[in-house]
Amino acid sequence: MIKFNNLTKYFGEKKVLQGINFDILDGESLAIIGPSGCGKSTLLRLILRIEEPTAGSISINGRDISRLNEDQLIAVREKIGMVFQSGALFDSLTVFENVAFALREHAKLSEREVARVVREKLKLVELEGTENLMPDELSGGMQKRVGIARALAFDPAIILYDEPTTGLDPITSVNIENLMVKLSRELKATSIVVTHVMQTVYKTAKRIVMLHEGRFIEVGSPEEAQKARDPVVRKFITGGKE
Amino acid sequence: MPYKRFTENIGERTLGYLEELGQISQLGWATVSGILTGKTKVKLTLEQIVKIGYESIPLALAASAFIGMVFALQVATEFVRFGAGKYVGGIMSIAMARELGPALAGIVIAARVAAAITAEIGTMKVTEQIEALQALGTNPVRYLVIPRFIACALMLPVLTIASDVVGFLGGYFVGIFVVHINPVEYMETARSLLKMWDVWGGLIKTVVFGMLIAIIACYRGLSTKGGAKGVGEATTASVVTALITIFVVNYFLSIAFFK
Repeated sequence: MIKFNNLTKYFGEKKVLQGINFDILDGESLAIIGPSGCGKSTLLRLILRIEEPTAGSISINGRDISRLNEDQLIAVREKIGMVFQSGALFDSLTVFENVAFALREHAKLSEREVARVVREKLKLVELEGTENLMPDELSGGMQKRVGIARALAFDPAIILYDEPTTGLDPITSVNIENLMVKLSRELKATSIVVTHVMQTVYKTAKRIVMLHEGRFIEVGSPEEAQKARDPVVRKFITGGKE
Repeated sequence: MPYKRFTENIGERTLGYLEELGQISQLGWATVSGILTGKTKVKLTLEQIVKIGYESIPLALAASAFIGMVFALQVATEFVRFGAGKYVGGIMSIAMARELGPALAGIVIAARVAAAITAEIGTMKVTEQIEALQALGTNPVRYLVIPRFIACALMLPVLTIASDVVGFLGGYFVGIFVVHINPVEYMETARSLLKMWDVWGGLIKTVVFGMLIAIIACYRGLSTKGGAKGVGEATTASVVTALITIFVVNYFLSIAFFK
């Protein structure tokens, strides 16, 4: 379980998160919605401890991650897969090397074992045969899928998606969403999706919260979201058309 | 009021510089402590040694040869006029070993390598690749900074030795064939006037230059903000900061070593 305890984050004078208390249960599919720049991605970086909170803390399975030393933090990060908005593939490495990166860095596996895992993950995202391609030879959707394969290398218990379908064409977006649903079903991992694309939210999440002015507004299930009465939520979901 | 704004501006800039200096020192400490605790990635370090050292050789040698030749031309012409032509070899060897070789190698590395390091790491920063490294449980200092730091600190002295030799031979060529000084005297005064400490002092300076260039370039890369424009600005700032740092540090090390 991931627990936010009075989680607060400021960038200089700007208040991004203001004392959030929230629990994310194991195996849950949560979507965090909100306008661009409201701090959704910051929340994911805090879970990975790439950013430090200004106040409060995050506990994962009962352990306050701010108290972990470097080796303990690496062990926690191995259990979390992060899919970046831009893909964030290492552009000097091939697809194979990207997916194999964490395995070679942290797992004591033979090269044959590494190759087996890489092939398995690429098959999962339907990208067999792309092992020797460089990231700049891939389309945006393919880069995103390689990013997902890389995030899955260690069979994570938690998958974080940062704007997984933003900037993709409708067909590729649907493919990515289908892949996310398939992964949730097959891996039974906790998934946290940060996005402002409501189609992705409806398709991939079981529970929705909205980040507004540094605080969470509970929206509920996708069905409940479509009937939401809160004017802030309503305005966001309908794109201000009502 | 303009006076108040002026002083506030100076105060803010000074605080900004001090903050940057603190962050560069922190990165330097993290790098050194990473090396001391055995966190060096040998394969990546060897790759950087080739990239930083081997690939800089042509530029370093060309710069040293021509600076050696032009320095010998100026010195030899004047020395011959005053009947001191035989000392040109000695002056050339001391100048190359103490100052010109180290400074040229430092400038070449600062211009070529600092720009490349900052542009590469800066691009990784703005495309979230640094965050991806962290998310995959890899420390960017260990993966990116330490290999470049070791490569710069090791390869700058090697380039300096090559620069010293080529610069001295460039001076020999001009001294003998253009100014027509005695080749035996050129070599003999070089042998008698040049002390081992001149060479060692110059090489120690370049180890310091190499460490500073690597830390400055990596810091600028890791603190890059914005897109392509940010990478360009960080790269320019990196080269300027590295060059100025080399000039200033060179002056103080020369006083400490050779005065």
